[in-house]
Amino acid sequence: MSHSRTSPRDVTAGRLGQEQLAENFRDLHPPLNEMQAAIEASRCLFCFDAPCLEACPTGIDIPGFIRKISSGNTRGAAITILSENIMGGTCANVCPVEELCEQVCVKNTAESKPVTIGKLQRFATDHLFAAGIQPFQRAAGSGRKVAVVGAGPAGLSCAHRLAMLGHSVSVFEARPKAGGLNEYGIAAYKMVDERAAKEVEFILSIGGITLHTDKALGVDFSLGNLRSEFDAVFLGLGHNACNQMDLDNEEAPGLHNAVDFISRIRQEDLSELQVGRNVVVIGGGNTAIDIAVQCRQLGAEMVTLVYRRGPADMSATDYEQEIAQTHGVLIRCWAVPYSIQADDDGVHSIIFEQTAMDESGRLMGTGQFYDLQADQVFKAIGQHFDEDLLDSDDCPAMENGRIRIDAERRSSLSDVWAGGDCVPGSDLTVTAVQDGKLAALSIHQFLSQSLAVSE
Amino acid sequence: MADLSCNIAGVTSPNPFWLASAPPTDKQINVERAFAAGWGGVVWKTLGEDGPPVVNVCSRYGSVDYNGSRMMGLNNIELITDRPLQINLDEITAVKKAWPDRAVVVSLMVPCTEQAWRDILKRVEQTGCDGVELNFGCPHGMSERGMGSAVGQVPEYIQDVTGWCKSHTQLPVFVKLTPNISNIRYPARAAHAGGADAVSLINTINSITNIDLDTFAPMPTVAGKGTHGGYCGPAVKPIALSMVSEIARDEETRGLPISGIGGISSWSDAAEFIAMGCGSVQVCTAAMHHGFKIIDDLCDGLSNWMDDKGFTCLEDFRGRAIANTTDWQYLDLNYKTLALIDQDKCIECGLCHIACEDASHQAISHHKENGKRVYTVINDECVGCNLCALVCPVPDCISMIEVDNGKPYMNWTQHPNNPMSN
Repeated sequence: MSHSRTSPRDVTAGRLGQEQLAENFRDLHPPLNEMQAAIEASRCLFCFDAPCLEACPTGIDIPGFIRKISSGNTRGAAITILSENIMGGTCANVCPVEELCEQVCVKNTAESKPVTIGKLQRFATDHLFAAGIQPFQRAAGSGRKVAVVGAGPAGLSCAHRLAMLGHSVSVFEARPKAGGLNEYGIAAYKMVDERAAKEVEFILSIGGITLHTDKALGVDFSLGNLRSEFDAVFLGLGHNACNQMDLDNEEAPGLHNAVDFISRIRQEDLSELQVGRNVVVIGGGNTAIDIAVQCRQLGAEMVTLVYRRGPADMSATDYEQEIAQTHGVLIRCWAVPYSIQADDDGVHSIIFEQTAMDESGRLMGTGQFYDLQADQVFKAIGQHFDEDLLDSDDCPAMENGRIRIDAERRSSLSDVWAGGDCVPGSDLTVTAVQDGKLAALSIHQFLSQSLAVSE
Repeated sequence: MADLSCNIAGVTSPNPFWLASAPPTDKQINVERAFAAGWGGVVWKTLGEDGPPVVNVCSRYGSVDYNGSRMMGLNNIELITDRPLQINLDEITAVKKAWPDRAVVVSLMVPCTEQAWRDILKRVEQTGCDGVELNFGCPHGMSERGMGSAVGQVPEYIQDVTGWCKSHTQLPVFVKLTPNISNIRYPARAAHAGGADAVSLINTINSITNIDLDTFAPMPTVAGKGTHGGYCGPAVKPIALSMVSEIARDEETRGLPISGIGGISSWSDAAEFIAMGCGSVQVCTAAMHHGFKIIDDLCDGLSNWMDDKGFTCLEDFRGRAIANTTDWQYLDLNYKTLALIDQDKCIECGLCHIACEDASHQAISHHKENGKRVYTVINDECVGCNLCALVCPVPDCISMIEVDNGKPYMNWTQHPNNPMSN
């Protein structure tokens, strides 16, 4: 089965004018104004034993901070948030609240509409950032040095907490900028106005943290180096490799990893980004939604997102799917890529095989095929942690391809902790922040004990 | 549709809703707009004696906002009308002529001499108004000059002035009482003894609504200073209702017509005051907050409720709550209720639990069952206080269920623990 090109690949920059691009990439949801925040905050019942608090991976005292907004103590609200989650500003925008705090809000039962916790959190943290306040202070210096590898949410959270506790932290980041996924991996319309960079600046402003960018583990240094130079090491390595379809022509021009293009959208001039007229996105997670929607925003005429299972199986939430649909993305479920059709000019179509569940609940091909013309194809079928960058002879124990950790986020190596996407568990920003925080507390305990012993 | 017409001390109006003496009733233009909207009557903003009018300050109002709602309570430091007497009298004459079916009562406040009261009454009578209301209530400004609440706080003065007024006019005399006293029955008895045809209550309550935390001055602030004002609005309704009940129940004043005032904002508030014996009800803050248009729901809501209850006129339920209002010592000590939580309606907020735990009798337990938060009343600990039902945000989720304990009625006067009973 093979199809030939019907027209030249249509991939070009500047499909839309600057004004339209600016309009398309503005805030997905404008922030609450003071009046909206007051009304929304007044909806919170201040539940006892609040389910939202329990649902928050970082354990933010949500009823507590909302009550502070109600009373006009907005700075106090922000500090309540940031005390548990130093990236509360970002999480306010990127957390899947519809599956966390807002999902369990008792107002769902009472009024079929939760308190919009995420928006209130943004209101509070924006207030603090606008005022330029750093509410946290460093404890007296401990004289201990900790290396943090990766300046993403896990690493920065860990670094900030360690700095608060008085330790000296060196953060090593492989990319030119700190922020990790917040800077490179989240849809632009969720992180407008250099939000990620400002948050990094805020976190570093506590002092005691030295940031080294363009320094990659396995290239510029090894885990062994760090272990000998520092008292403890935290690995917040993130995902560093994309899953492959293992089909012929997977390297054809026009076929990209979604995360690479999302990163370019965040970093480059939108009017110079080349986008196809016909775009096909393969995958069913939030990355797939982010790339599909942003291709539409860049001016792609037709964006089709194809997912191998049904809508309920997609890891993108209902809310994310709705964003895709309201932005003109066509979601087609129950099909997997069967072959990539390409010529010297690049990819021109993908043949999909339709899928179904067999009686035992296993996904299988049905032998039915269809063909989608594509000028550009994005793979968003997941990423993984490539352990090759860890020293083979000094590597912490792994579990299903990720670094195995205990409840305190400590690896099998007694002086190495890990968190974020390189450890098992969910791949949310908020859980990465919690990993970093818990690891820092554990490292602090470790350093305090070893200090006591050495004295 | 029920008949809402009202007759209090001979003053009639098509409905019991009057605008109280205040800024909304200061001018012909306001009053005519109110009548056009459907208000049953007005008490014209207080007139003073002839001569240079009073002077007002700015600003004049302070507000108590609560959880996003504006003006739960309102206070003011405005004085009586600051327009010349003759202009007011001319406008009252014109209004009454144009709106003969509406009640037009004129509020008055002059110095505490018989001559002053006689002079103004003669001029007011010529407007064709339906009655006068003696303002013995205003707690700010005028009281410093020996008028308003300075009179209302001294029962003898009330009786004297009321007597003078009764002897110098044939018009029905309403006496407006200040709540800024220790026992409302004394001024009410004095008004009654002076021959008052009715009492109006409550006037506003001494108040400082808030302090500006930047300037450290009371609100409203006048050039950096503030003073106490008169408090009204929804927050004062319970105080007013209680004072009305005192007068309605008092042996000396029982049956004295009452024009109820104090935070009345809805038809149900009005129904409650009428049930406590009021003839008409006076509204101010609600109209100042939302405009005269609220009269539509006031009348319509009252009428629909009366229809539902089978009441054809106000007399059918006037005073029905008086007999059920008693002294604490006569409440049945053997009456027992227990809270019951409807688990199907519960939204799992836990407010009942924490209220009972922290502020009552530790009678609501909590545990988790299949991920659901379950709150349960411990009957042996529940004293039936009602707090849980009040804090519960879901209507009818927590009910207070009467328990038949087989015990007979027993009040404090009969109780063995009472050293005075035998």
